[in-house]
Amino acid sequence: MSDIEKIESETLQRIAAAGDIAALEDVRVASLGKKGVISERMKELGKMSPEERKAAGAALNLLKDKIAAAIDAKKQRLEDAELDRRLATEKVDVTLPVAPSPKGRIHPVTQVSEEIVAIFSAMGFDVAEGPDIEDDFHNFTALNFPPDHPAREMHDTFFFRPRADGSRMLLRTHTSPVQIRAMMTKKPPIRIIIPGRTFRCDSDQTHTPMFHQVEGLVIDRETHMGHLKGTLEAFCKAFFEVDSVRTRFRPHFFPFTEPSAEMDIGYERVGNEIRIGQGEAWMEILGSGMVHTNVLRNCGLDPDEYQGFAFGMGIDRLAMLKYGIPDLRDFFAADARWLEHYGFDPLDIPNLATGLSR
Amino acid sequence: MKFTLSWLKEHLETSASLADIVETMIAVGLEVEHVDDPAERLKAFTIGEVIEAEKHPEADKLKVCKVATRDGVLQIVCGAPNARKGLKVAYAPVGAYVPGVDLTLTKAKIRGVESLGMMCSARELMLGEDHDGIIEAPTEAKVGDGVAAWLGAYDPVIEFEATPNRPDTNAVAGVARDLAAAGLGRLVTKAPAPVRGEFPCPQKIGLHFPKGAENACPMFAGRYIRGVKNGPSPKWLADRLRAIGLRPISALVDVTNLLTYDRARPLHVYDADKLKGEIRARLGARGESFVALDNKTYAVDEAMTVIADDNGVLGLGGIIGGEATGCTEKTVNVFLECAYFDPLRTAKTGRRLGIHSDARHRFERGVDPDFVAPGLEAATRVIIDICGGTPSDILVAGEKPDARRTIAFPPSEVKRLTGIDVDPQKSEAILSALGFKVSRADPWLVDVPSWRPDVEGKADLVEEIARIVGLAALPAAVLPARAAVEMPKLTPAQTRRMAARRALAARGLLECVTWSFADERHAALFCDGPNWLAAQGLLLANPISSDLGAMRPSMLPNLVAALRRNADRGRDDLALFEVAPTYASDRPDGQQTVAGGARLSHPRRHWAKAERAADAFTAKADAVAALEAAGAKVDQLQATADAPPWYHPGRSGVLRLGPKLALAHFGEIHPRVLKAMDVDGPVIAFEAFLDSIPASKPKATKTKPALDAPELLPVRRDFAFVVDDKVTAEALLKAVRSAEKKLIADVGLFDVYQGKGVPEGRKSMAVEVTLQPRDKTLTDEEIDGVSKAIVTAVEKLTGGTLRA
Repeated sequence: MSDIEKIESETLQRIAAAGDIAALEDVRVASLGKKGVISERMKELGKMSPEERKAAGAALNLLKDKIAAAIDAKKQRLEDAELDRRLATEKVDVTLPVAPSPKGRIHPVTQVSEEIVAIFSAMGFDVAEGPDIEDDFHNFTALNFPPDHPAREMHDTFFFRPRADGSRMLLRTHTSPVQIRAMMTKKPPIRIIIPGRTFRCDSDQTHTPMFHQVEGLVIDRETHMGHLKGTLEAFCKAFFEVDSVRTRFRPHFFPFTEPSAEMDIGYERVGNEIRIGQGEAWMEILGSGMVHTNVLRNCGLDPDEYQGFAFGMGIDRLAMLKYGIPDLRDFFAADARWLEHYGFDPLDIPNLATGLSR
Repeated sequence: MKFTLSWLKEHLETSASLADIVETMIAVGLEVEHVDDPAERLKAFTIGEVIEAEKHPEADKLKVCKVATRDGVLQIVCGAPNARKGLKVAYAPVGAYVPGVDLTLTKAKIRGVESLGMMCSARELMLGEDHDGIIEAPTEAKVGDGVAAWLGAYDPVIEFEATPNRPDTNAVAGVARDLAAAGLGRLVTKAPAPVRGEFPCPQKIGLHFPKGAENACPMFAGRYIRGVKNGPSPKWLADRLRAIGLRPISALVDVTNLLTYDRARPLHVYDADKLKGEIRARLGARGESFVALDNKTYAVDEAMTVIADDNGVLGLGGIIGGEATGCTEKTVNVFLECAYFDPLRTAKTGRRLGIHSDARHRFERGVDPDFVAPGLEAATRVIIDICGGTPSDILVAGEKPDARRTIAFPPSEVKRLTGIDVDPQKSEAILSALGFKVSRADPWLVDVPSWRPDVEGKADLVEEIARIVGLAALPAAVLPARAAVEMPKLTPAQTRRMAARRALAARGLLECVTWSFADERHAALFCDGPNWLAAQGLLLANPISSDLGAMRPSMLPNLVAALRRNADRGRDDLALFEVAPTYASDRPDGQQTVAGGARLSHPRRHWAKAERAADAFTAKADAVAALEAAGAKVDQLQATADAPPWYHPGRSGVLRLGPKLALAHFGEIHPRVLKAMDVDGPVIAFEAFLDSIPASKPKATKTKPALDAPELLPVRRDFAFVVDDKVTAEALLKAVRSAEKKLIADVGLFDVYQGKGVPEGRKSMAVEVTLQPRDKTLTDEEIDGVSKAIVTAVEKLTGGTLRA
């Protein structure tokens, strides 16, 4: 065995025997280090003749590369083993529960209002608003409720304490005063919906002193009651997310529309669930009609030139029907259990492209 | 309004079924609310015959009967004293629901004896009050027949909502007219035949109104009837009134009620022997009063129409009669009054006195002015038929108000307003059937019948035609699109609210909707006090309850009260918010939209982290999140420590854009406020004033500015400054930033410390400053230069020194 072969076999043996990185490092220093055995041999090359040097140099370089490669390979193995050993100690119980992040919720009235806005926006309606505290003119007189007319009494109005001048403000009993504000400030064509808070002095199982309505108003030169029907049917289909709805218009009386009608919608009760769009039963869901000529005149519009329809429906009621919420009074009780159960994820923003609801 | 089917058929000759009648009523706008069909209601009950009745072996008062029924001969135990052999009875089988006792029959053993069904009393079937024994059906009744027909309970009762615009439908005759027009039969209402007066009316009548008030009662008619015999009404009349929920009183009174419901024509009948002098309609006078038929005393005044004689006020015209001159069993001579009272005055008086009567209901909606004299004739006829007597001539004071109206009506209006194509022939036929007179000029001239005060113009005629044609004929038309893609825009205020809600819910708060009202005492804690609420006009005159008497000046009282309710149920770790109106005055501009929230924080323990309870800074973050979502430039917000007094004086603040514009309040609620509301705190809250956010300028372009992403690595340096306790974090950060505007990209505050090592009255604040080189790597000298500039700036602007 030549000298070089001997160094090689001895060194490789020591590499194989190195049990850890430190021992391996010792081997490296002893062989490839400045004073290592291979380095020492390298130094001797200078004393040799060119021919000898060439042969021995090549052999030494070969040896050096071989040893270096063996050390690197061993080092990699030792590091892997070291990492495996460490990882073996780093075990967690993956079933531990993560810290809960609080889940906020959107109230059904907000959600359903935004659903309604999404649908009517697609039909070209803008959203208008007005104040909750109104005067008699906007809430009644301009809407063709004659003073002392019995129809006023049907409204169970909340009044404020009289002002010094004897006048008294009231809480709007419907969203209709915003119709007046809209028609008095904007020239037709008008195509708006008006969602908002409304108030009646009435409280029992199915009535709360505050509730939410959405009003619709279209004024132009050609809109008739057929458009009212088409619009509301389209709305109901989109809102209840059903393929078809059955509707029934019944003549009714409202001071501010003529002709007036209530709209019923066909439904079926299955257990506690109300299914809209099927079944034989009828349920009233809104009041509507052609805007009364007196109302148009009160707003400075010529009823022979302009015409249009108006409707109003309860937002809370629509929410109850669509989402099977049993009791109106719970809407305003701010009970966390109710809000968490009936509320909506803030990321569920009503949008017609994704379907109104998940 | 209620009526029976047989009553309707006196006015309408029809073969239509009850179901068709109901359906048609709904279709023409008479909204049926309830139908009571006894045949349907009683269909479970059939005639049975007792063929054996033995004493119960164990009970003296019970009998064990063998009863022949539809279901064979059954043994039924019965306690009725009149249960006897041969009796025809109302048999209820096992399984039947017995309405009067609210129970469904089951097979039973009564004192050891099996009983299969029941023989019912009138009360048990809700056919009357009688419960002394079981029903005795006529002997000719056949076993197995339904009981309804044999017991005379065959007449269905229909109840509907007569809308305030249709006074004519407060009469059975009016309902019949609508149904006839809709093609359901022939209207056979007869015009009342005059009853000849046998002698001049001895009772003087008169109208005494001051100028300008004559319309209170423009027409007052009456006649004397001599020698009547009053007493209980005949069965047909009493049954009819009972069926519609009225209590029969006496024949004379019942006749006036009959006319009230049959023709919407209220009348009043006086005991003529109790009248003194002229009977007159006039305005009341302050100080006058009378005892009405409801046994209550009413004070009248000059705004009310009264009927009076020489003794004073007898009754309120069109509303209620007086006790003193009412008819009794002993009445022999009567004066029958039929008048026209002004709807408005009647309504006002009735409302002021809180009297709800059938007469008021009709007069305030408008009775038919042409039916005063005919109504008097009709009532006279029924009275003399029932009570006998001799009528006088009719006396009339004043004259009927002129209700004649003619409307110019182009028949094309029907299509214009409804979209329904109706043949003009058909339109004319409908109007005629409803009592309108159509002259076919161009446009048509349509005379409105006297009983339709609601019909004033073209649109009203359109409604008449459309409702009789039926709204099922409405086409379903689509509104024309205004653009290929509809692009309506929500107002900035609307989008702000939507965004603020989603942002707060995303932070884990629950959205709630609470009343716009608040408890006045609670509301007063969140504004300048109760006097302020009153001065701003925020107190309701008629609140639904005493704890909802004020419009809320802030939503916090409602949210705090809601936190408390939840805490009482065991939810004491809760964050609520509401984005909704608050009210600073009763004017439209006093209403503003606020995003408000409140937290009660008792975080549950968790293995992975030490939960920190919410504090003023949680509320600050909530407010900033709401404002940011709503479009406020939150990097320009400044905080000041001057929140309103309902907040903790030291742990609260105001977020401002400049010194004048407050966009939010945040912090802990003042412990005294919580104590007044009986809430265990601390409660953390905020109010963000969305309407106050300055409108952003419309952008000229949607293009975003180019990205600024420097190539060079940023350099970070830490500094700790000792400053006076009063120096705010905001002031320090501002001072640091001001030192080098180009290089300093970010300043973060990472430590605030007071205590050992820092002198009393001072605090240490540590910041990490990020320098962003732009063109070349910074040299050590340059970095030192910036550091020096920072130290100098902090010293100059805050008096702070670098911590040793």
